Amino acid sequence: MNEYTMPIVFGVAIGTIARILMLRTDYRQYPTYLHGKIIHVALGFIAASLGAVAVPALMEMNFTAVTFLTVAATQFREVRNMERNTLTEIDGDELVSRGKAYIEGIAISFESRNYLVILTAFVGTLFYLIWDIYVAVIGGIICLIISKVLQSGSTIKDIVDIEYVAPHFDGAGLYVDNIYIMNIGLPERQEEILKYGMGFVLKPKNINVVNTIAHLGQRQAILHDVSVSLGVFRDSGTPALVPLIKRDLDDGRIGVFILPQIRDKEKAKEIIGAVPVLETAIRMPSRSDTHNEEVK
Amino acid sequence: MVIEKSVLAIITTNKEKVSGGAPIFICHDFDELQKYAANLEAILDGIAHALSDEVFIIVKH
Repeated sequence: MNEYTMPIVFGVAIGTIARILMLRTDYRQYPTYLHGKIIHVALGFIAASLGAVAVPALMEMNFTAVTFLTVAATQFREVRNMERNTLTEIDGDELVSRGKAYIEGIAISFESRNYLVILTAFVGTLFYLIWDIYVAVIGGIICLIISKVLQSGSTIKDIVDIEYVAPHFDGAGLYVDNIYIMNIGLPERQEEILKYGMGFVLKPKNINVVNTIAHLGQRQAILHDVSVSLGVFRDSGTPALVPLIKRDLDDGRIGVFILPQIRDKEKAKEIIGAVPVLETAIRMPSRSDTHNEEVK
Repeated sequence: MVIEKSVLAIITTNKEKVSGGAPIFICHDFDELQKYAANLEAILDGIAHALSDEVFIIVKH
């Protein structure tokens, strides 16, 4: 035991707690039970250790020791690769796939959460050494709150208005509102689709959103989340029964066509609204200087 | 180059309207055409699209 033992133990503990708090298993059912969780808690523990021991190294004037944080960065990029690979592997087995952009979004958040853990452990240990355990606890809690805030981005309901529209056929063409979805030839398939299908129109609230919801990855994420939550009326080898999202080229609205097993309009609206907006899909044309000059 | 979509079969009641590389199934009436299309759709894992009442195609997406 020396003067650094308790601060380091405290930092590691608060860092690991931060990782556990950020590790939620929800309707997306990812990470899966136990084994997936153990991997991430263990990696969180390693991250917390790195953050905690960096402080004594700095205080001992051992500045080169801080370079091992670069090792940490490499390590957590590896976490991102691991998540991406696993999810891409199993994506082919999903009835409605997640899509590359959604997988990338999940992988990014796994990496960034480890950095938040390093930050929490670093702050915890630093405050403990400079002041005392009480200040360290307060600092740690503030870090936990920051982590929680950074963890949740915006959702679809913040950027669009969602409206239920029953799908209909015009000849062999399937439409949601006036948005063409696909061509279904067989009358019996058409009956099935009218019986089980539901349509929603997502109307963008502003110009930035038009590009975001047009993003193919974002659309696939909506379809995947809805299928996970409400079930999906399809099987392998029935490509005609596939949920699809198409876009109205005139005004950027998108028509969502789904085949859920639970046909509850309000629930479906809620679920579409709760789909996360993917970081990779966000576009901000209104922040562009050229655009704003033109508008003026 | 990967071909993403291809016409796997053509089902028709009017053989004047079709020719070409994909297998062509000629039926007597619309009912028979529908049965053919439904079976081929299931067998080939494709989607039966209607080009008109006389011509259906099975497409792999």
